[in-house]
Amino acid sequence: MGKHLVAIFLSFILMPWSALAVAKQVELVGAGATFPYPLYSKMFYSYWKTTGIKVNYQPIGSGGGIRQLTNLTVDFGGSDAFMSDEALAKAQAKILHIPICLGAVVLTYNLPGNPEIKCTPNVVADIFLGKIRRWNDKRIEEINPGIKFPKIDIMVIHRSDGSGTTFVFTDYLAKVSKEWDGKVGSGKAVNWPVGLGAKGNTGVTGLIKHLPGTVGYTELGYALLNRMPAALLMNKHGRFITPSTASVTRAAAVPLPNDTRLTITNADAPDGYPLGGFTWVLVYREQAYKKRSMEKATELVKLLWWMTHEAQRYTEPLHYGQLPEQAREKAEKIIKSIIYDGEPILQ
Amino acid sequence: MANLFSSKPKVLSRTRGLWAEAAFQKTLSISALAILVLLTAIFLSLLIHSSPSLKAFGLTFFFSQTWDPVSSRFGALVFFVGTLLTSFLALLICLPFSLAISIFIGEYFREGILSSILKQVTELLAGIPSVIYGFWGLFVLVPIVRDLEIKLGILPHGVGILAASLILSVMVIPYAASISREVIALVPSDIKEAGYSLGATRQEVVTKIILPYAGSGIMAGTLLALGRALGETMAVTMVIGNSNILPHSIFSPGNTMASVIANEFTEATGRLYLSSLIEIGLLLFLVALTINFIGRYIIKKVSIRA
Amino acid sequence: MNREKTRMRVIKDWVFVAVVVTLSFLAIVPLVLILSYIVKNGLSSLTWEFLVELPRPVGEKGGGVANAIVGSFLLVIIASLPAIPLGVSAGIYLSEREGGRLSFLTRLAVEVLHGTPSIVIGIIAYLWLVIRMGRFSALSGGIALGIMMLPVIVRTTEETLKLIPDSLKEASLALGVPYHRTILKVILPAGLGGIMTGVLISVARIAGETAPLLFTAFGNPFMTWNIIKPVNALPLVIYNYATSPYPEWHAIAWGASCVLVGLVLALNLTARIIARRWEVKF
Repeated sequence: MGKHLVAIFLSFILMPWSALAVAKQVELVGAGATFPYPLYSKMFYSYWKTTGIKVNYQPIGSGGGIRQLTNLTVDFGGSDAFMSDEALAKAQAKILHIPICLGAVVLTYNLPGNPEIKCTPNVVADIFLGKIRRWNDKRIEEINPGIKFPKIDIMVIHRSDGSGTTFVFTDYLAKVSKEWDGKVGSGKAVNWPVGLGAKGNTGVTGLIKHLPGTVGYTELGYALLNRMPAALLMNKHGRFITPSTASVTRAAAVPLPNDTRLTITNADAPDGYPLGGFTWVLVYREQAYKKRSMEKATELVKLLWWMTHEAQRYTEPLHYGQLPEQAREKAEKIIKSIIYDGEPILQ
Repeated sequence: MANLFSSKPKVLSRTRGLWAEAAFQKTLSISALAILVLLTAIFLSLLIHSSPSLKAFGLTFFFSQTWDPVSSRFGALVFFVGTLLTSFLALLICLPFSLAISIFIGEYFREGILSSILKQVTELLAGIPSVIYGFWGLFVLVPIVRDLEIKLGILPHGVGILAASLILSVMVIPYAASISREVIALVPSDIKEAGYSLGATRQEVVTKIILPYAGSGIMAGTLLALGRALGETMAVTMVIGNSNILPHSIFSPGNTMASVIANEFTEATGRLYLSSLIEIGLLLFLVALTINFIGRYIIKKVSIRA
Repeated sequence: MNREKTRMRVIKDWVFVAVVVTLSFLAIVPLVLILSYIVKNGLSSLTWEFLVELPRPVGEKGGGVANAIVGSFLLVIIASLPAIPLGVSAGIYLSEREGGRLSFLTRLAVEVLHGTPSIVIGIIAYLWLVIRMGRFSALSGGIALGIMMLPVIVRTTEETLKLIPDSLKEASLALGVPYHRTILKVILPAGLGGIMTGVLISVARIAGETAPLLFTAFGNPFMTWNIIKPVNALPLVIYNYATSPYPEWHAIAWGASCVLVGLVLALNLTARIIARRWEVKF
């Protein structure tokens, strides 16, 4: 009997290893922003179906993406908050930002009947500062004539993890509200004056859907895929803009710097939606670190090229904005600058 | 290995036998030592990695309620309060039930189908993974709590300290019950019989003889259940609301030490941020350790007395 | 007057019994609710495709959790490989040496390890393995789970072996069988049932663990048998999908809960059957 047990045990041990010998294929690991996760999961699923290359992307938040990249635990990070000059200087090697798509951050809420509501920058800031506490507050009713607001408290939902969506949102609030800038500031994780935290864009959307009376910020696609309302937001020119891929693309029509690190919140475009941004994939410029193979580096570069070109067709159906022409040109240049042992990978 | 009694009569085998003997003994002691080393290493690792935050914040870490990643200032008061509040509330809710179960199985129905059903079911309850409690709590319990809050006219979060405590109490009932049951069963029958012979009713024997006698043991069981509740992560994370603001009532959302680690560990950017989270882990470890020691000590004393 | 008092006491006695019985059975209501809720919601998504397919992209219907099932299996094996031999041999040591400083300290360490919150073990595995190896992996998750298995195995081994009467050992030693063979071939087989029970219970304990996997095994939408790559696990799927807003994902999470609960209950049940059948009796 003992012999049998040993045999069974051994076969258990050996089975995975024999499988390992067969499947010796390049597998890329990425982690970070939850903002583009629906898009990435679609992209990488199709990439696997067509090329057989597995790309494992875990939506742990933009902060996590940057941290895991600097810890060298992933091949690429995803972030909708670009790294500051200071953070880049601290990194052990040069990190590149490759823009993948545009996304809008929307205010979504859970009210009886879910009417389409309008918001001004000040109202948004005061809700998140905890100064407007009820849905039937005068200031909300004033800009939304004709909508009957219930007499219930506003429950704010924010992210509990380090998030690029939070970065975009707080960057916007800091630009439009002096008080927010002084009290809270902007960042991937901030000290929230009010509200409940939830993990990831999925967590925030899930909680808002779950609890009536809530309001929170999330990526446009998450709201639309879940048939949740998205508030119209007043831009610099005093127009209320419906969040959409088109309106956020219009806002992105500003000259981009060569490293593409730019926020487009509260942008100048007359018809542009003021609360949106790029989402980036972060990689090291020199790929020959930590004994990585040339093969792996090449696959990564090929993937990035594919994401910024062919894969752009997946953006619109999932409510993300395609890369504008100028952003794609800059992305191409950045991808071409990736090197392995000093030699460019892509000519 | 297989034919052990057919050792060949060779001169060699004797020394080999001795060698095997020594090797065997050594293996045993090394494994025992390994566990000790493992635990020490865990403690030291936590200590070393939390030293940046220990140095930077010192004692203020315990009393400050600012958890501000933007300006890199960290204090864990909110999480201590969250952990203590949920755990004690959970114990309070669980105590009548666990006590009833232990009296039921330990005294009233020592044998028979009823008690065996109850025993099996509580053991099953202990076996359900924490994440499933959280899932169920989020979809069933949270709406109920929300309705309650609406009736009471409080901001209806649904998620919060109360929801977390309720889920926790369901989770720790089996632990508290199983230890109390053992202690109650240990109460010597002669003192119980002495009570009956004086004409006491069963209720009087239970409340005036058994419970006082088993009191410290029941407390130990409750303490060990508390240890479990303190470290429970997933179920709590899913229903507590993850808010880093000091809770002002049991309906407020909050965050516990374990849930803040689960939420923020992978994305903590910056050395101090990560180290603060590890310090919370270290404290969690130390608290669990202390509670376990006290609990085990009491149980040991009780079982020696019995 | 006196009779009145006696009646009150009898009534109080009855009330007390009623309260105890009611509370006892109220306490198991949640279990019934949880199990029935899981079965009700989970069974409908339990199809063959669910068990053998990979997850689909967000928002698309269908897909399964084959990767998570394989991942959980892989994690349990990685956890067991070091934990079972180490745990059993430490358990033998403790049962053989009742006193002694090392025994005392080890026993203490086992207690502490048993009470250590799983999330702390996760931090440790991250610090020791993920950072050092520079990658999230099934290995780091498995080791974290292995550390959690260890105390259960040590304790059950020690307790089981202590039940075996000394006469058995003495008889073997008197026949001239060396000590190590006596332990390996006489004592250990006699206590095998108990030890296996311990192993199964510890596997049941870790199969549903989520917290230490969050920053070690990490998750993976694809199937992998490679132990140095990230893997998915059933509890991770449940956590990630349960907190999402997508109804398709909720359905998958319920299905995965069904599988996980079934697995854990089956392990516990088997453990109990083994314990009953191979009870140490002399």
